Amino acid sequence: MRRALAALAAVLCLGAAPAPLMCGPVNLAALMSATPAPTLAVYRLFTDEDAAHPNARVTPYALNTPLFSDYAEKSRFLYLPPGAHAVYRPTGALDLPVGATLVKTFAYPADFRRPADKVRVLETRLLIHRRSGWVALAYVWNKEQTQARLKRAGPRLDVSFVDVHGQARSVDYKVPNQNQCKECHSLSGHIAPIGVKARNLNGVFAYAEGPENQLAHWTRTGLLTGAPTPDKAPRTAVWDDPAEPLEARGRAYLDGNCGHCHNARGMASNTGLFLNLEEARPARIGLNKRPVAAGKGSGDLEVDLVPGRPDASIIAYRMASADPGVMMPELGRSLVHDEGLALVRDYIAKMQKPAAR
Amino acid sequence: MKTLLIAATAAGALLTGQAQARTIAVTPGGDVQEKLQTALLDAKPGDTVMIAAGRYELTDGLSLDVAGVTVKGAGPAATILSFDGQKSSGEGFLITSSRVTIRDLGVENCKGDGIKSKGADQITFRNLRVEWTAGPKSTNGAYGVYPVASTNVLIDGVVVKGASDAGIYVGQSKNIIVRNSEAQFNVAGIEIENSMNADVHDNLATHNAGGILVFDLPNLPQMGGHSTRVFHNRVVQNDTQNFARKGAIVGDVPTGTGVMVMANRDIHVFDNDIDQNQTAAIMVVSYTQNYDDLTYNPLPRDIAVHGNRFGKNGWAPQFPGGDVIAKAMGGTIPPVVWDGVTNFTPKGMSAPVAVHVHFTDGPVANLHFAAPGNVFSAKPQVTPTLDDGAIAEPKPVVLPKAQAGL
Repeated sequence: MRRALAALAAVLCLGAAPAPLMCGPVNLAALMSATPAPTLAVYRLFTDEDAAHPNARVTPYALNTPLFSDYAEKSRFLYLPPGAHAVYRPTGALDLPVGATLVKTFAYPADFRRPADKVRVLETRLLIHRRSGWVALAYVWNKEQTQARLKRAGPRLDVSFVDVHGQARSVDYKVPNQNQCKECHSLSGHIAPIGVKARNLNGVFAYAEGPENQLAHWTRTGLLTGAPTPDKAPRTAVWDDPAEPLEARGRAYLDGNCGHCHNARGMASNTGLFLNLEEARPARIGLNKRPVAAGKGSGDLEVDLVPGRPDASIIAYRMASADPGVMMPELGRSLVHDEGLALVRDYIAKMQKPAAR
Repeated sequence: MKTLLIAATAAGALLTGQAQARTIAVTPGGDVQEKLQTALLDAKPGDTVMIAAGRYELTDGLSLDVAGVTVKGAGPAATILSFDGQKSSGEGFLITSSRVTIRDLGVENCKGDGIKSKGADQITFRNLRVEWTAGPKSTNGAYGVYPVASTNVLIDGVVVKGASDAGIYVGQSKNIIVRNSEAQFNVAGIEIENSMNADVHDNLATHNAGGILVFDLPNLPQMGGHSTRVFHNRVVQNDTQNFARKGAIVGDVPTGTGVMVMANRDIHVFDNDIDQNQTAAIMVVSYTQNYDDLTYNPLPRDIAVHGNRFGKNGWAPQFPGGDVIAKAMGGTIPPVVWDGVTNFTPKGMSAPVAVHVHFTDGPVANLHFAAPGNVFSAKPQVTPTLDDGAIAEPKPVVLPKAQAGL
């Protein structure tokens, strides 16, 4: 029924009938308004009511190594206003114009062995570039999956699914409150995008018209200027591609899951533990570095990372915990990411001690 | 949201002199998580979020990111934010905006830290209680009140009990006053770490493992802590067995330490009552662990200790080799203990940085360590005082007028 309605809406739009809500281009005025829209549909980012089909100027994208979010499937889109484009930067997020909006939808299939069936959409988060800066909003979908409403205080949702191994799992899913969005998306105290870095976009996306490197596609379609050819641009490793070097995958995972806070300008700057990919100083990435404010999060271990010894490394200990006073990251998950933990443990286990200086 | 009572009162506007200042009242009952968090999101500069008396059972951390807001309860025993059922967030209450006052409420049983401010200017913690109610346990959260990377920090009339690291902890901050506060049953009572210009006075630190600590640690964005005055405090009977997890630097603080200064320069400890601390009244020591940071100086320099009143301290020191050292000194550790390390030459300099001490209280035990933590090189020497001459005292900390007038 839902899909039939969506199809009908699409037909009506094509027929230029009296405009229902879904018709017309993305509602830039609503995105720019200081008062956020009460429902997601107002922005017309999608042409169907269940937000499966992006409107014109809304481009899907994926990251080589994303943040783990309790196994939720995430779909990402970039909206750029008419005539606007992103400007390439070799480090950090791309330079996105005012009006640019990043859209991320979180969903769970009932059974991860059949990821396209019975998908429950939980929330759609927006990061909107207003004149005054970036604004983060979260829209939570109703049970009927027909409408997403603005939620600022971050509700909890009961989620259950069957994982890839056939195991039944449940999640006490936490939508972030508006401040928590900023805790991760923080650069020197201001909200900023995290994922849309050239290096994390430098990979192939399966577009409707065929697979293509995202930087090349964005350049070709006028969304991006100033980018070199993909082979000349930096590239974040794909964390779960065993064909890639272990160290690159380990660093990519820590970058994507920790580096947004653990960098010199992030929320965890005071720890002195910097896990963004650009960091190269051994003590800064945790080698034999003592914790400063870990409290019980140290787990009776002395330092953040001991080459060759994951069991002696606080980083692995905190990743393996689901206790809010211990676990890292401290926002965005309630489950342990088994596969991510296995990768980081392997990365630490095979890490060579740095040469004595 | 609808249950929120938003009252723009003419009287309130008159009192504060701000045309638009409102009081956003929150009462117990219903979805308190959403009510409280929504109030904190709705607040505008100048507003007060007034949390009525009652118990608020929270499932997630609360946070405030609006400048110029006051969060006020009906008293530390009356308005209780309980985090017994906390499922996420590294702290109970996070403040990331400036010119904020949080006052008159109690915070209980956070899974991580109690009340944290990060990167805030003019942050005031007043008349608060932060407590882990099951007593000292290593599973308790780390810090009770936790301003970090903040400037103009006022902690006044705060009580913290049960923190598994430091009860009142100020880290990597500047211009700090901690006064009229009480720290009990924490690993460290009050700790000033990697900070500049702090006045710690008129506090009570009792039943912690260590009473008051002034530390400077390596490998952190802000290092080179200096200019702290610790005065007119009562540091008595710090007798809770150190219950910190390993790895935490405070885990190395011997149970029964009164005041400990580690690294730093220009630290003045005076006019305190220090009694019934079994390890020592005052210890002045170097940072002893390995580190990878060429800009860090691990030695305490230019330290003054004078005019303190000592009771019985140092009768059963809890640091390695303490019993041997105590024996060598006649059975009791003298009230002032200094590791005596003076020979640290920073990379790129040709001579050691001068180390001065002005210990006119005593007796003083100079352990004459050859290097930080080198217990085996100790050549303990006890003298009535140890004085390289007067050391200029840091100027009193002055907070911005608006904050000082609170």
